[in-house]
Amino acid sequence: MAELTLSHQPDPADWPLESPAPKGGLAEVFRRRYLLKLVVKRQLAQQYAASVLGFMWSYVQPAIRFLVYYFAVGMVLKAHVDTPYFAIHLFAGLIMVQFFNQMVGAGTRSVWSNRRLVKKMALPREVFPVASVMVAGFHTLPQIGILAIACTIIGFTFEWTGLLAGLLGYGMLAVWGIAFALLFSALNVMVRDLQNLVGTITSFMHFMVPMIYSYNRIADSAIGGTIWEEVYLANPVATGVLLMQRCFWSGVVGDPSQTLYPDDLLLRGAIMLAIGLVFLFVAQRTFRRLESRFPERL
Amino acid sequence: MTESIVVDNVTKNFTMRDHRTLKQMLVASVRGHQISDTFRALDQVSFTVEQGESIGLMGLNGSGKSTLLKLINGVMRPDEGRVLTRGRIAGLIATGAGFHQQLSGRDNIFLNAAILGMTEAETRRKFDDIVEFADIGRFLDTPVAAYSSGMSARLGFAIAIHVDSHIFLADEVLAVGDRPFKRKCMERMQQIRKEGRTLFYVSHAPGSVRKMCDRVIVLEKGRIGFDGGVDEGIHYLKYDAPAPGDEPDDDDLGADI
Repeated sequence: MAELTLSHQPDPADWPLESPAPKGGLAEVFRRRYLLKLVVKRQLAQQYAASVLGFMWSYVQPAIRFLVYYFAVGMVLKAHVDTPYFAIHLFAGLIMVQFFNQMVGAGTRSVWSNRRLVKKMALPREVFPVASVMVAGFHTLPQIGILAIACTIIGFTFEWTGLLAGLLGYGMLAVWGIAFALLFSALNVMVRDLQNLVGTITSFMHFMVPMIYSYNRIADSAIGGTIWEEVYLANPVATGVLLMQRCFWSGVVGDPSQTLYPDDLLLRGAIMLAIGLVFLFVAQRTFRRLESRFPERL
Repeated sequence: MTESIVVDNVTKNFTMRDHRTLKQMLVASVRGHQISDTFRALDQVSFTVEQGESIGLMGLNGSGKSTLLKLINGVMRPDEGRVLTRGRIAGLIATGAGFHQQLSGRDNIFLNAAILGMTEAETRRKFDDIVEFADIGRFLDTPVAAYSSGMSARLGFAIAIHVDSHIFLADEVLAVGDRPFKRKCMERMQQIRKEGRTLFYVSHAPGSVRKMCDRVIVLEKGRIGFDGGVDEGIHYLKYDAPAPGDEPDDDDLGADI
């Protein structure tokens, strides 16, 4: 944007006649970084407003969830008997599932809960779902740090393939998360049922990925080797969890014969990333189309 | 002269939905009722505003004034036709800006200023002026939810008026403020006018329109009923004949709405 002239009279050369509606699109969101930063900061502050533990909740919550699964699935159902370092296996999966659930959950509600602004101010509305995804990212990074520390204490063999798998898994899931957040935040304005649907999907997600059980169990199960196994793996969260485990869990276990993954795991991850990018493109187009109806539907 | 606002053959429809749930929609379609109905808020509206003009937009409630302002401000897009503007736009759409209720006044100032296109440095430079103009005192760090409607409107107006803009939109801004504040607003808007900015002022008060504007556009059921001189416009609306029981002061400063 050009600097303002003191006379408050726009020079036609600098200021062409154009549509006053915000250009929108993800590019515009990142061009207005200062606005994005404020929205992200605000969401972070708001999330734990009037709570005593505040930001600590993003550690307490996953810790409790981890302990419950470790007790119920690990110790009672004995899933950790055939899974070495079950705790790492579980925690790596839990981080990815929570990352996805937070992105999609908060993203879906993002436009609706900012309706006061959306109705009255001209701004690229994509900023709200994008901010939700970034907030989810901020919550996840410290957890990955804790996981890395735990792995280092146990004893960790570094591998470039593992690091690549971890980064690919995280990045791929973030792309899917932004796409879902964009699409669902727009649809949620039109049909408020979506909020409930998303709540249902995210609560299933803990069981639909190899987290509380290892991939071994899927390969051995009735769906192993069938088309249904491919359907199971087509879930980007399942692939993301496996890639994260390839990074941390495999690094701790060491012996590859004890850690089973689907064939060509990295290639699968790359394909999921490519599909995710196409989906992101479609989601953004859909958001643009629905966005013009936001002010009257909110 | 340069064109500041071009509204070209603009139509805007709203969809009204009576049947919200699947069951209601099914029942309605079985009975042959219409599932949705549209309402035309603006109907082929066209006009051009030159830079530095100050327009009084008048019309009865429901004539499409706010919709037109939302299109010019960019919150909405027209269904048909096009709206073009030149330069940065600031102002208020209806009373009370888009504030976030849980955020403090301070945070809302920064957020709102950022949405209006101000940088962080620019906001810091003008922060004290904004706070002083809004006169919210020690409520600055209180969540906006606790503000009275007057305080909230004052803060919104204070932010909008401190943005360096080329076009200033004012929608019934004077409806909630008290008299000293209204006076202050009128002074600032006169200043904006003198600076050569384009002013778009929605009001029901003929007195303030007369003081502030050099052209009046009257909307009638979504169409342009009148576009021309101020006195003729007010006469067109029959707002110049005092209604029984009107206080003369209302005419002076504008009890909008």
